[in-house]
Amino acid sequence: MNKYIIEKIVFWVFRLMTLLVVGILVWILGFIAYHGIQVLSWDFLTKMPEEGMTKGGIFPAIVGTVCLMVGSMIFAFPTGVMSAIYLNEFLGEGKIKSLINLMTDNLAGIPSIVFGLFGMALFVNKLHFGDSIIAGSLTLGLLVLPIIIRTTETALKSIDDTYRHASYALGASKLYTIKNVVLPMAMPNVITGLILGMGRVSGETAPILFTAAAYFLPQLPDSIYDQVMALPYHLYVLATSGTDIETARPMAYGTALVLILFVLFCNLAANFIRSIKN
Amino acid sequence: MSSKIEITNLNFYYGNFHALKNISFTIPENQVTAFIGPSGCGKSTLLRLFNRMNDLIEDIHLDGEIKIDGKNIYSRNTDLIQLRKNIGMVFQKPNPFSKTIFENVAYGLKVNGVKDTNEINSQVESALTKAALWDEVKDKLNKSALALSGGQQQRLCIARCLAVRPEIILMDEPASALDPISTAKIEELILELKSKYTIIIVTHNMQQASRISDKTAFFYLGELIEYGSTNQLFTAPKIERTQNYITGRFG
Repeated sequence: MNKYIIEKIVFWVFRLMTLLVVGILVWILGFIAYHGIQVLSWDFLTKMPEEGMTKGGIFPAIVGTVCLMVGSMIFAFPTGVMSAIYLNEFLGEGKIKSLINLMTDNLAGIPSIVFGLFGMALFVNKLHFGDSIIAGSLTLGLLVLPIIIRTTETALKSIDDTYRHASYALGASKLYTIKNVVLPMAMPNVITGLILGMGRVSGETAPILFTAAAYFLPQLPDSIYDQVMALPYHLYVLATSGTDIETARPMAYGTALVLILFVLFCNLAANFIRSIKN
Repeated sequence: MSSKIEITNLNFYYGNFHALKNISFTIPENQVTAFIGPSGCGKSTLLRLFNRMNDLIEDIHLDGEIKIDGKNIYSRNTDLIQLRKNIGMVFQKPNPFSKTIFENVAYGLKVNGVKDTNEINSQVESALTKAALWDEVKDKLNKSALALSGGQQQRLCIARCLAVRPEIILMDEPASALDPISTAKIEELILELKSKYTIIIVTHNMQQASRISDKTAFFYLGELIEYGSTNQLFTAPKIERTQNYITGRFG
């Protein structure tokens, strides 16, 4: 066979595979959007669940998820950024650094349910936080730490040493240079990591299963020691163990749509911040 | 003509690599001294020893002395910040910070604790004027420095180091990333600055060395092969290897 024809066939196979991937993604999004949009309304977003969660809204789950996103970042963002600064700016290349990198990478690979179990053992039981926003936030914070550390480290690494040297050559100390030259330049990418982390946190179910999420709680939290509903867990409940699963199905699609919009919004925001930098 | 920097029996090692071998010579005040030689000959290494930039690298070792104004800069009681304040450095690639033009020039002043706004303003203007950039940027001081052309960025970097009023300016191939017109402007600037500053420039460009420098030092494999007035070194080199290098027979 003519080699141009072979080439054509091969490229067509690649093209079809790409179409398949895109097609599946569009299908999933379209499916959720089509079913979800039917229940999506102002009331759905702002009302409490009613009649065994088959009617009403998902307001407490939205509030709960926002609490967990913010809470986990209050813990993970400063911790992650500071470790990344230490790793990239102060710790020289060597065995210790490789070991720490190996551990961060492995931390990122731990199944999220294991974080849930650990969070329950440490924060809920040992530290007596109970099922609460704070226990859930800390657990989710541990989960996203590797993401924050990695993106921050990459952001710092991409700043050419010549900028640091220019600052040292003017008499600046290392700390002054990091604060006034390196961090401002790395900030857009660091913030991108923060937002991607928030997107990740918003969708996680397993870590909050035993640490923060309430099955049904038609009221807003008063303190960080309160339990909350959360979007992914609410979706799980509606889809598997509600009072009337069939009737609650539209509510499940609506919840799924809101959750996807959360993640989508985070990703778009991250893209936007990256683009204004360039 | 008094000497600004005295180098005596200097040996420098990166790990086991002997980068500079037994170097002794004297750099005069308020003149332009060019360091030439093929890549890896040690000229940039030596330049970076003057403001102790090589301190950042691990596993280095130095023997011998470098004296600036008669003081050994590698003695224990050297104030590194004071030393670096006294020595400006311009890098190969223009590297303004991603700040405004004003902030770039003011950076060194703030590092050194200058807080008075009037003083900062006047120093910034004076540094930009000395760097022949003031007229081009005076209306856009609050614009990002990254919006300037490569040549303007390099003159901004020169202004940035002039703002802290150094006595010595080290330039590591400052024009190698620039187009011919920008290069000409930088060279012109160097000639203007030399009445007030001691300038040491590392360059790969032989014509550049011969156009702007008063003294030239030729390095090869970590050794100082020949050092003398630029005129003499380029027209009547005493050593054959220098002759071969400047005529382009190797390098």
